[in-house]
Amino acid sequence: MLPGFPLLSLAIWVPIVAGVLILITGSDRNAQAARLIALAGSILGFLVTLPLYFGFDPAASGFQFMEITPWIESFNVNYHLGIDGISLLLILLNSFTTVLVVIAGWQVIQSRVAQYMAAFLFLSGFMNGVFCALDALLFYVFFEATLIPMFIIIGVWGGPNRVYAAVKFFLFTLSGSLLSLVALIYLYNVSQGSFSLLDYYQLPLPFAAQILIFLAFFLAFAVKVPMWPVHTWLPDAHVEAPTGGSVVLAAVMLKLGGYGFLRLSLPIVPEASYYLAGVVIALSLIAVVYIGLVALVQADMKKLIAYSSVSHMGFVTLGIFIFNSIGMEGAIIQMISHGFVSGALFLCVGVLYDRLHSRMIADYGGVVNAMPVFAALFMLFAMANSGLPGTSGFVGEFMVIMGAVKASFWYAALAAVTLIFGAAYTLWMYKRVIFGAIANAHVAELKDINLREFLVLGLLAAAVLAMGVYPDPFAEVLHTSVNDLLAHVAQKAGAAVTR
Amino acid sequence: MQYILPLWPAYPELFLLTMVCVILVADLFISDDNRIVTYGLTQAALAGCIAITYLGSRLEPAYTFSGMFVDDLMSDVLKLLVYLGVMVILVYSRAYIAARGMFRGEFFVLALFATLGMMIMISANHLLTLYLGLELLTLSLYAMVALQRDSAIATEAAMKYFVLGALASGMLLYGMSMLYGATGTLEITRLAEVIFDGAGRGPVLIFALVFIVAGLGFKLGAVPFHMWVPDVYHGAPTAVTLFIGSAPKLAAFAFIMRLLVQGLGAEQLLAEWQPMLIVMAVLSLAIGNITAIAQTNLKRMLAYSTISHMGFLLLGILSGDLNGYGSGMFYVVVYVLMNLGTFGMIMVLSRSGFEAENLDDFKGLNQRSPWYAFLMLLLMFSMAGVPPTVGFYAKLSVLQAVINAGYVWLAVVAVLFSLIGAFYYLRLVKLMYFDAPLDTAPIEPRADVGVLMTLNGLAMLLFGIMPGPLMALCLYSIQVSL
Repeated sequence: MLPGFPLLSLAIWVPIVAGVLILITGSDRNAQAARLIALAGSILGFLVTLPLYFGFDPAASGFQFMEITPWIESFNVNYHLGIDGISLLLILLNSFTTVLVVIAGWQVIQSRVAQYMAAFLFLSGFMNGVFCALDALLFYVFFEATLIPMFIIIGVWGGPNRVYAAVKFFLFTLSGSLLSLVALIYLYNVSQGSFSLLDYYQLPLPFAAQILIFLAFFLAFAVKVPMWPVHTWLPDAHVEAPTGGSVVLAAVMLKLGGYGFLRLSLPIVPEASYYLAGVVIALSLIAVVYIGLVALVQADMKKLIAYSSVSHMGFVTLGIFIFNSIGMEGAIIQMISHGFVSGALFLCVGVLYDRLHSRMIADYGGVVNAMPVFAALFMLFAMANSGLPGTSGFVGEFMVIMGAVKASFWYAALAAVTLIFGAAYTLWMYKRVIFGAIANAHVAELKDINLREFLVLGLLAAAVLAMGVYPDPFAEVLHTSVNDLLAHVAQKAGAAVTR
Repeated sequence: MQYILPLWPAYPELFLLTMVCVILVADLFISDDNRIVTYGLTQAALAGCIAITYLGSRLEPAYTFSGMFVDDLMSDVLKLLVYLGVMVILVYSRAYIAARGMFRGEFFVLALFATLGMMIMISANHLLTLYLGLELLTLSLYAMVALQRDSAIATEAAMKYFVLGALASGMLLYGMSMLYGATGTLEITRLAEVIFDGAGRGPVLIFALVFIVAGLGFKLGAVPFHMWVPDVYHGAPTAVTLFIGSAPKLAAFAFIMRLLVQGLGAEQLLAEWQPMLIVMAVLSLAIGNITAIAQTNLKRMLAYSTISHMGFLLLGILSGDLNGYGSGMFYVVVYVLMNLGTFGMIMVLSRSGFEAENLDDFKGLNQRSPWYAFLMLLLMFSMAGVPPTVGFYAKLSVLQAVINAGYVWLAVVAVLFSLIGAFYYLRLVKLMYFDAPLDTAPIEPRADVGVLMTLNGLAMLLFGIMPGPLMALCLYSIQVSL
């Protein structure tokens, strides 16, 4: 590979160009062409991200694959891209998920196929943009742009209450991020006219300003993660979104929040992050415990998984804000793992929903008799969701709990509760849906998954197992980035990060 | 000042005036079937103006008519945008006015006179020139609103517009007369010098300022002087609403620049008018955005949205430095572009005997015509200020100027109200994409409208991806002119 080859630009623009192509060529009369272009575009999009992993130097500090071109000169905004280990994994996750979503929507979506496929490809490109951007304005533009396709996806192909869910999703996330725009402009003025994140990392900011900036960022990212108590848009959005929408939302979009904390909040306003970490940890633990209990009583499978997402993302924010390397690495691993597991669970529910058009647990029972292969795969994902050793879910949770023990025993104790609750709500749901006597005639007539569905779920199962058994390839690219970040925070906050 | 008249700075105005007279006379000899000739002549006149203005533009300001008239880069840029805007308006309006019996010479002559008024406003360097331009513009607009004389609602709108417009003009004139009393001059550059030297400062000057700001508020449609806006927008034929809502805003921006910034921009006076503009801006943002939510008529909704956009424009201006004025200019240019597209779309959906002016008329547009729905989606997200559309950068540059001037709280207020604003733009997107159509009439505009509409919608995206050049042009023309 040539040095200076714009790999990151490709990761962003290949899906977007494919999306444009679909919109131009595909119409509803010609749905198959749209599907094929989408598949080709998403696979190509995934392939161009692979050299990023193999060309990545895990030992090097700082950002790699940098690209910088002036963009808006009167504002000194640059098209500035670059990745570290944290963004690398998320980009791979995003591009991988896009392929799955395109395949998963192959038959299910029959109306306005071209627009559906294009929306997902745009979304994929925008999210890669967020993960690559090293310019604050570029980051913000991509961050906000993701709202438009997701809004359309939920609203057009969603369930009965889709309009409410789509508008709620849009306004919640927009309200969170608008204040962060004010914070970014403030930083622009303080830094004498720069939008570069790397410049912001070096800014000496007064403590009071740091607190305000932290709160502005916090609102944006906490809504996105989502943290308790601003999580209420998520169950609505998940329940109403089409399967593909739920998958991307859970697997990648929520990670924009966690990534924002790592890329903006912590390094730009380290003192405030340190100072307010207690609040964030408290909110995270509430999410882990309380939302875990909420998940237990859900009657709707998608809602249950949505609440389980909130609870699992609580682990992510907990891991980030305990400020030690094992916790933070655990948080990132957890983000990736949750991407696989929650995506897979939503796909499983989608498989059932496509057949019976119901998401209610009560409508099922004894599915294993009709769909043994599906039941086996679903089992694996349910186990991963409850954090069983040997699956990817275990690695992240275990690391975060280890980190939490170093910070405080009680954090760890409360966080560990999730292992019980998580197992309880996931496996109880699994038991009611899959095992037992055949609930009704509809269940008896179910057909097992076809090759296409098997392919999607099988790929995810492989990922979940591989990450659970041998997490090293994922963890090794993180070490330097995480340690550098923690060192930067410690140095600027003037507090020793010994843990 | 030069007393020998170099006429060239006013060539575009002279050319247009001649052409209007020619068209006025020629139109008498053209039968209704051949009215297209009038249309063609009008477009040709505007194209000629573009050529003359473009060729005559230079960086140094040039004065003529004893310093009553100025030609600088800001005026050239704004005039070029005005010509383009009016040309686009005429293309969009053609089918609409033809279906409503307004495809007559009067429409074009009035439109050109209004354009001439705007040009004079933009180039005025004297309070009287400014006032003359303003009156030429508004008188033509009153007549255009009333052009559909059988329509009760249009006549009512014209009456309201006229009465309130006359009141506003009176206020402006009164303010100007006090200004003359205090300083002894009406020439804008001279005015600034006199005030800078400290002469004429005192309560009279402040009084004059209050009247002038109130008059400007009326003309812009900023709260609390906004009452006429929804009624006029709603009552006027859509083609005229499009006219009122777009190009004159460019002239109004120039008006503010000339009068408030060039004339009354001295440091101490800035401190006087800044708070007034803050009040007007915040109220406009609040009332515009909140009231728009309750509207079911799209034209009324867009009227309230205009009020809120004018609030944003005022934010850019009140920051009181060149950067802020540049951002204000960028904002107004972007706003005009969005407004053209939105009202153009209403006319695309309208047909003979049917006005697509209710929100429900946009239901299911995505099923009727995915392409136009997509263009409208871009326009709406741009209005709401969501990246990657150009509306975001317009808001961004204004917010940057406001924060730079030290008003962080004002930026927070503006951001919160634009969140409220996002709701009603989003509702239109929701209607277009999520709902089933009520109306299945095919949408097939003329080819020129289709092409222009496409360009207009895609411009939201294009300038959104590459906002740099336009931003730089606005900033630069402000820098060399003020």
